[in-house]
Amino acid sequence: MKKHIAHLALVAGLAASVALYAIAPQLDDYAVNIFVLAGINIILAVSLNLVNGHTGQFSLGHAGFMAAGAYTSSIITLTLAPALASAPAWQAQAAFFSALLAGGLFASFCGFLVGVPSLRLRGDYLAIVTLGFGEIIRVVIQNTNALGGARGLEGIPPYTNLLWTFGIATVAIYVVASLVNSTYGRGFISVRDDEIAAEAMGINTTKYKVAAFVIGAFFAGLAGGLYAHFISYIAPEGFNFLKSVDVVVMVILGGMGSTPGVAAAAVLLTLMNELLRDFEQYRMIVFALLLIILMIVRPQGLLGNFQRRKRKAPQP
Amino acid sequence: MLEIRNLHVSYGGIAALHGISLEVPAGSIVTLIGGNGAGKSSTLRAISGIAKVASGSIVFEGRDITNKPAHEIVALGMAHSPEGRMVFSNLTVLENLHMGAHLRRDRVAISSDLERIFTLFPRLKERLQQAAGTLSGGEQQMLAIARALMSKPKCLLLDEPSLGIAPILVQTIFSRIVEINRELGLTILLVEQNANLALRIASHGYVLETGRIILNDTTESLRTNPAVRSAYLGEERAT
Repeated sequence: MKKHIAHLALVAGLAASVALYAIAPQLDDYAVNIFVLAGINIILAVSLNLVNGHTGQFSLGHAGFMAAGAYTSSIITLTLAPALASAPAWQAQAAFFSALLAGGLFASFCGFLVGVPSLRLRGDYLAIVTLGFGEIIRVVIQNTNALGGARGLEGIPPYTNLLWTFGIATVAIYVVASLVNSTYGRGFISVRDDEIAAEAMGINTTKYKVAAFVIGAFFAGLAGGLYAHFISYIAPEGFNFLKSVDVVVMVILGGMGSTPGVAAAAVLLTLMNELLRDFEQYRMIVFALLLIILMIVRPQGLLGNFQRRKRKAPQP
Repeated sequence: MLEIRNLHVSYGGIAALHGISLEVPAGSIVTLIGGNGAGKSSTLRAISGIAKVASGSIVFEGRDITNKPAHEIVALGMAHSPEGRMVFSNLTVLENLHMGAHLRRDRVAISSDLERIFTLFPRLKERLQQAAGTLSGGEQQMLAIARALMSKPKCLLLDEPSLGIAPILVQTIFSRIVEINRELGLTILLVEQNANLALRIASHGYVLETGRIILNDTTESLRTNPAVRSAYLGEERAT
């Protein structure tokens, strides 16, 4: 039953991506801009939700994984750019897709590296280690001249469009949602609910925690690649700790462990950022106030259902 | 079936167990009683591979399982129902039970085991689709035991099944424990603070105090032992 819904959602999401892509020429640049950023934020929030929400491992290093993917894919497309300039469009798109994948794979390798030593840590300690790891990635890039150092990389070919963005966002949602609803995936939730009981049940908690980090980082890497090929310019500053916090906010606001919730929160926060432009210099204050009010009114998040799953009427 | 020799466990330099030895013969119920902080839970955690063993050995069915990863120990037929009924509160009752069978691949046998569990704990069948966190304390305890049974163990480690549960349910749970032992033929190591109850259903008992075993006898003689009666059985007359 759940599986049918997931497959249906996958097809619907992909169809919607194609439709969006088809009507893109009629939209103005500003609208396309917001759409793409919202899509990238959905990927980031849904993938972080697997780690923070479903598996209960508090990670603050998502921007680091995003940077790993952004730089890897950008270096590849920049190197290939002279050859691709005269190549047919489909070849350029195929190269772009391969570069994105390479970025995702490298990011998931980084996720593996941070996942393994952090397994013995919980809660605040894990948050600090992942925070440190994200910063290390950023500082290494900042001090590597081949990667543009603090100046960043510019002239990245703008391959990202609505089709890529929402196609990948749909796949991210599908993968995370069907993973968590599968027999295998309930292991993630059991680690979050009670690690000791999970271990006592014979669940290899180490494997699940590393898997969450690796899958989460993979999609963060894809999001980074999409971002780089949309803005055409990346710098280490764009992937600092605050970027990680932005994603954490989306996850908490949407409801830890609720995939539709965090996707909605990602869209909402992207839109809010734009709609509040009227408040000019008070924008961030209004933004913060809205967050505070939301957290007071709905502490479990927009669509958070953990601990409050609907109770079936008890039978006599 | 289960043999522990000179077991030492410590948490970050603080020793919880100072070399305990105990034996659980196949098909029996053995109980480990003692006050708070005596090291009862640490013993069970060391057996199931959750706590690290500093020295000593744990042998299960002739195989050394000392410091083996928890999931390998479960695969050998050891199930642990942890203290404080740690159910997965966000999963339904049915999902919790399936998590217990996590390492098994024999689907047919799993569903027949589910049926057997429902005859033991009919209450769980009524609540299958309910989130485990919404169950009452006693129901959660039943679920924790049932979940442990789903791994099809030969030996069951029960950590304080009476903790914080309505007295009427404690009676039910203890009679189910006896049934699990007699009818399903499981060997049980039972950790309890409620010494009176534990000594009534077990055949052999160990008394643990600050990480050492101070008494080890049949439950019959432990019940009449004056030291046990004053320290653990209180005013109540042991029957």
